[in-house]
Amino acid sequence: MADLTTNFAGVRSPNPFWLASAPPTNSAYQINKAFEYGWGGAVWKTIGDPVLNVCNRYGAFEYGGKRLVAINNVELISDRPIEVNLKEIREVKRLWPDRAVIVSAMVSSNEQAWKTVVQQIEDTGADAIELNYGCPHGMSERGMGAAVGQVPEYCEMITGWVTSAASIPVIVKLTPNVTNIIPPAHAALNAGADGISLINTINSIAGVDLDSFEIRPNVGGKGSHGGYAGPAVRPIALHLLSQITSDPTYQARPVPISGMGGVETWRDAAEFMLLGATSIQVCTAVMHYGFRIVHELTTGLSNWLDEKGARQAEEVVGASVERISVFGDFDLSFRTVATIDESKCIQCNLCYVACDEGAHQCIDLTADGLRIDPDTYEGGTTLQPVVREDDCVGCDLCSLVCPVDGCITMVERPPKIPPVTWNELVRTRPEVTTDWDAMVAYREEVGIEIH
Amino acid sequence: MREHELTLAQLQDSFTETYPRYTPNEATVEANRCLYCFDAPCIQACPTGIDVPTFIRQIANGNLLGAATTILESNLIGHSCGRVCPVDELCVGACVLGAEHRPIAIGRLQRYATDHVFETGARVFEPAPDSGKRVAIVGAGPAGLSAAGELAKRGVRATVFERQELPGGLSTYGIVVMREPTRVALEEVEFIQSLGVEVVTGVEVGVDVSPQELIEGYDAVLLAAGTGPVPRLNVPGEELEGVIDALPFIAATKLADKDGVERLREIPVGDEVIVVGAGNTAVDAATVAKRLGAERVTMLYRRSRAEMTAYDFEVAFVRNEGVDIRLLTQPVEILGDEHGRVTGVRCVRMRLGEPDASGRRRPEPVPGSELVLPADQVIKAIGQEKLTALFAAFGIESIGGYVKVDEELRTSHPKVFAAGDCVRLTGHALTVTAAEDGKIAARAIARQLGVEELRRDPSATRGRYMHGTTNDFRSVHG
Repeated sequence: MADLTTNFAGVRSPNPFWLASAPPTNSAYQINKAFEYGWGGAVWKTIGDPVLNVCNRYGAFEYGGKRLVAINNVELISDRPIEVNLKEIREVKRLWPDRAVIVSAMVSSNEQAWKTVVQQIEDTGADAIELNYGCPHGMSERGMGAAVGQVPEYCEMITGWVTSAASIPVIVKLTPNVTNIIPPAHAALNAGADGISLINTINSIAGVDLDSFEIRPNVGGKGSHGGYAGPAVRPIALHLLSQITSDPTYQARPVPISGMGGVETWRDAAEFMLLGATSIQVCTAVMHYGFRIVHELTTGLSNWLDEKGARQAEEVVGASVERISVFGDFDLSFRTVATIDESKCIQCNLCYVACDEGAHQCIDLTADGLRIDPDTYEGGTTLQPVVREDDCVGCDLCSLVCPVDGCITMVERPPKIPPVTWNELVRTRPEVTTDWDAMVAYREEVGIEIH
Repeated sequence: MREHELTLAQLQDSFTETYPRYTPNEATVEANRCLYCFDAPCIQACPTGIDVPTFIRQIANGNLLGAATTILESNLIGHSCGRVCPVDELCVGACVLGAEHRPIAIGRLQRYATDHVFETGARVFEPAPDSGKRVAIVGAGPAGLSAAGELAKRGVRATVFERQELPGGLSTYGIVVMREPTRVALEEVEFIQSLGVEVVTGVEVGVDVSPQELIEGYDAVLLAAGTGPVPRLNVPGEELEGVIDALPFIAATKLADKDGVERLREIPVGDEVIVVGAGNTAVDAATVAKRLGAERVTMLYRRSRAEMTAYDFEVAFVRNEGVDIRLLTQPVEILGDEHGRVTGVRCVRMRLGEPDASGRRRPEPVPGSELVLPADQVIKAIGQEKLTALFAAFGIESIGGYVKVDEELRTSHPKVFAAGDCVRLTGHALTVTAAEDGKIAARAIARQLGVEELRRDPSATRGRYMHGTTNDFRSVHG
């Protein structure tokens, strides 16, 4: 069984799974219970200035009968008095010395307020501080949360106040609601952050009620943007994580990253780790199913690590980062084509319609080996899709829509042209990249056919 | 006896598991339908307390090794149980999605997970250090194997004595191939052996080894011998050629499943087959006869449907096979020809009178209602004899033909415990209840021998185990 123990900037936990700062970490009752289930750590729900909450706080994105594919919330930071939270944090840390107890904080943007809250947190014995620069609603209008995270200068200034006052590690939690995650990440690093966590929730509206015209979540007939989280946001989180871990400035002086955004299973967690996350934070899945999911998170991750021959979880952290590239460096000669295993094909012909209408018209429908026009065909038998391999552009759409395991696979074929990247073309044959006539001539020259 | 007209391909098709294994996509889709209920009723409905929602979630997440581990840590006989459990009466019957008429197919998902580890040979449990304690187990059926494996997890070495040539008990010899292929039963035995259990076959306790030798030579003895052969009908003509017992008849098909489908052709089966009895074994024998090529198969039962012990799904299954069930009909004589071969069964119609000692209404013959049913084969399936002589040889008390045990399955002898069908005085004698018996007995034996109880994952003190089952926790993979 692989060793899952985690060391995040000196903060240790028996496994990389931390509860994210959110409703599941609202109280000592919840966090004690979570630790009893085996969670490695918890980031306390953000403490800070006084707030009042509303009803309804959540709206869900449902898809195809699946509940809570994502959740949208307009809940604020902790609405319990700060002294109550501090007292409970102290108790929890005393009870659980081997778990990571991290306190999320968000106060008004003045140095004294931040220094005070840092001191209060350190007095509890907590292991680290997480700066909430991401809350996208309610707090941002008061100049906190995302209002800080979206302005790199504020981010750097406040982080600097905190790191100069704190003796425990400081983690900066970034908002995804920016066009480029790199400037705020640099700001955090410049200010001496010991770690980064991402992503916070994404601005969203969960939906509109078609009977009442109300916005979801509906607060007394009104609605607003809320924070979007859950499985549906995971690809966005993975992208933002990869942007940081592949950034040369980050790579020159890396800090550990706590990854989050739609982690529900061990597989999700493994993906975040491969892209460079040392610890994993979870919220929506716990809100849906409870603390018990940590059992499958840890055992599933451990079994996978065993399978991969890794003795320690940290061995896989960042293992896929070197594969993160840019379009201009992709090998244009790399070639795959779709192949259909007719023994597995159930003739649903979703691949045909996807290719014919949504892609590049390289799948034919056939009967007895003859190509058929389905609009005029009256033969009565079910038609068999067949790939015209010479025309296949290797886009992969057909295999993605195919409902049968292993029926359509993308198979690598020898390149038809010598290896070349777009950036190389820009350097060596600039006219090809700017002039259509030159491009057509180039295609003829090397033998690229586009039908 | 008839000339068989079935082709090998037909026989193969008839003696294959009824439900094919899920494809990966089917398993994923079905697993993702599970709501992952909190405090799920399926867990409570499982006699061994398998954490069903967790193993299904593990399948959904592609953690098949974890799923199998979750199953096997609660039930070492889970490879069989996924196939043979009457799930509609247990976990599936309790599934909350039953309210929408489509409960989760828990048995098939369980089988999907255990098939994976048994095929890959992945190691599920760590061997425990030897405690130096030794236990003898009589009977290598589900109860004995479950107990042996649970003892092995605690470092107690068990030697299992089996009188048959093959271990596995009813899983190997008694459950029809359509529900459990012989291979599955034998894989399960190998898995138990891999935990450090010794299985000795072809040795009958009471004949080849004396109970006294076991009691004196081991720290404890577990009696898990099941039940005996089918009893006599006690009607004239029972010695005629063509009158057979259901159990060896079914066992022959199980051996053919192991040795090659062509061996099915060596099993004598009639054209007009009468099965006497209406329990699970009778249903199985009737199904087997039909699938071996019998023209007409009729089950006779002297009471009504309400008193039949076979489950609804079994009755539906066997009727779908084309088997007739004649209720309120009792055989009074088996008729034969001049060569001593069966030609028919003389029966009498019955009606139900006042309740008898078992609480069921007593069947009484209807005067003048005799009839003769033609038959060239009669299969007896009216229950199984009790092993009272064996119990006496161990010097332990019994009640109604079953070993008298307390809640921890202790017998009246301080070194002897008993589990499985030989203690199943009430309730259904299921593989899964035998497996749970094995766990209970192993825990009690270990405690008696002063062996340390298993501990859970130290970082988790809560969760998964809130149902007060006898689950034990020392797995490699979780």
